Amino acid sequence: MITFMQLLALAFMSFVSSRAVLRAKDKKISIGELFFWLGVWSALIFVVFFPDFTTRMANLVGIGRGIDIIFYTSIAILFYMIFRLYVKLEDTERELTKVVRKLSMMTKKRK
Amino acid sequence: MKVFIVIPAYNEAGKIRRVLLKLKKNSYKNIIVVDDGSKDCTAKIAEESGAYVLKHVINRGQGAALKTGIDYALEKKADIIVTFDADDQFMVKEIKDIICPVAKGEVDIALGSRFLGKAVNIPFLKKMVLKLGIFVVFLLYGINITDSQGGFRAMSRKASQRINLTADRMEHAAEFFSEIMRNKLKYREVPITVRYDTYALKKGQNWSDSFGLGMKMLFNKYMR
Repeated sequence: MITFMQLLALAFMSFVSSRAVLRAKDKKISIGELFFWLGVWSALIFVVFFPDFTTRMANLVGIGRGIDIIFYTSIAILFYMIFRLYVKLEDTERELTKVVRKLSMMTKKRK
Repeated sequence: MKVFIVIPAYNEAGKIRRVLLKLKKNSYKNIIVVDDGSKDCTAKIAEESGAYVLKHVINRGQGAALKTGIDYALEKKADIIVTFDADDQFMVKEIKDIICPVAKGEVDIALGSRFLGKAVNIPFLKKMVLKLGIFVVFLLYGINITDSQGGFRAMSRKASQRINLTADRMEHAAEFFSEIMRNKLKYREVPITVRYDTYALKKGQNWSDSFGLGMKMLFNKYMR
């Protein structure tokens, strides 16, 4: 039987997936990124509808409950993504500085 | 020998005129002020005082401003580049002491140390943070120095060309050490005087800045 929470989850995932498709259409994200996000959301839908699967996976790696394995892996993935974001942000900041420096030099020379 | 004084400045309208006047009085003619996106009239005052003024359109941090100044000084064919602060904490008469070992060719870079010299009115907490900084620099780069966050240095042209500053904010001070090690530059610490008045203390870094600085140093060392 499908529960209310499962329907809610399905609606939410369909919404974010459609966002991802729209972004890809606008070329804001690449095809690779689109597949990555669609993969993430499909995997989530799968575990929402087949929760037993996660329990089996959890038992396989020696963790008691299915929900726990989801928590553990999500936290690991989130940390990794924050790290990636941090590196990217640092690089962007450095590039920005280069632009500001170049601009200051060019204005000075023009005078 | 062409000596250039590089001064990064961010909202220093209150002090910079006095600093530039003192430099002029001591016949330092080649002064580069990098206005790091100040909201006050720092740049205007510096221009009136006859310094070369470069303007960052937005604030990018002291490290970024220093590099802009150093790059410009190199373009102007500087033989020696001195980095100095805009807030009147350093003594202009000590510039010749810091230049001396570089001009003689004894070292590539001379680093000012307030703990070899004098740190007038330094608050206890500030002193502790700086001492901790010395320890961190030793751990990360293996350099045994007595002052890790001083902004008063003199560098030869060669050293200035080799030292590649990429850190925008305050962590550039640590970057100097990693660059000294990487390029195997000869360095020496020179005693200097640093005065702490209410103006300097208000503008200085606080505890959380120092913590963030430490984290960034670790990140740059091990993660990049």
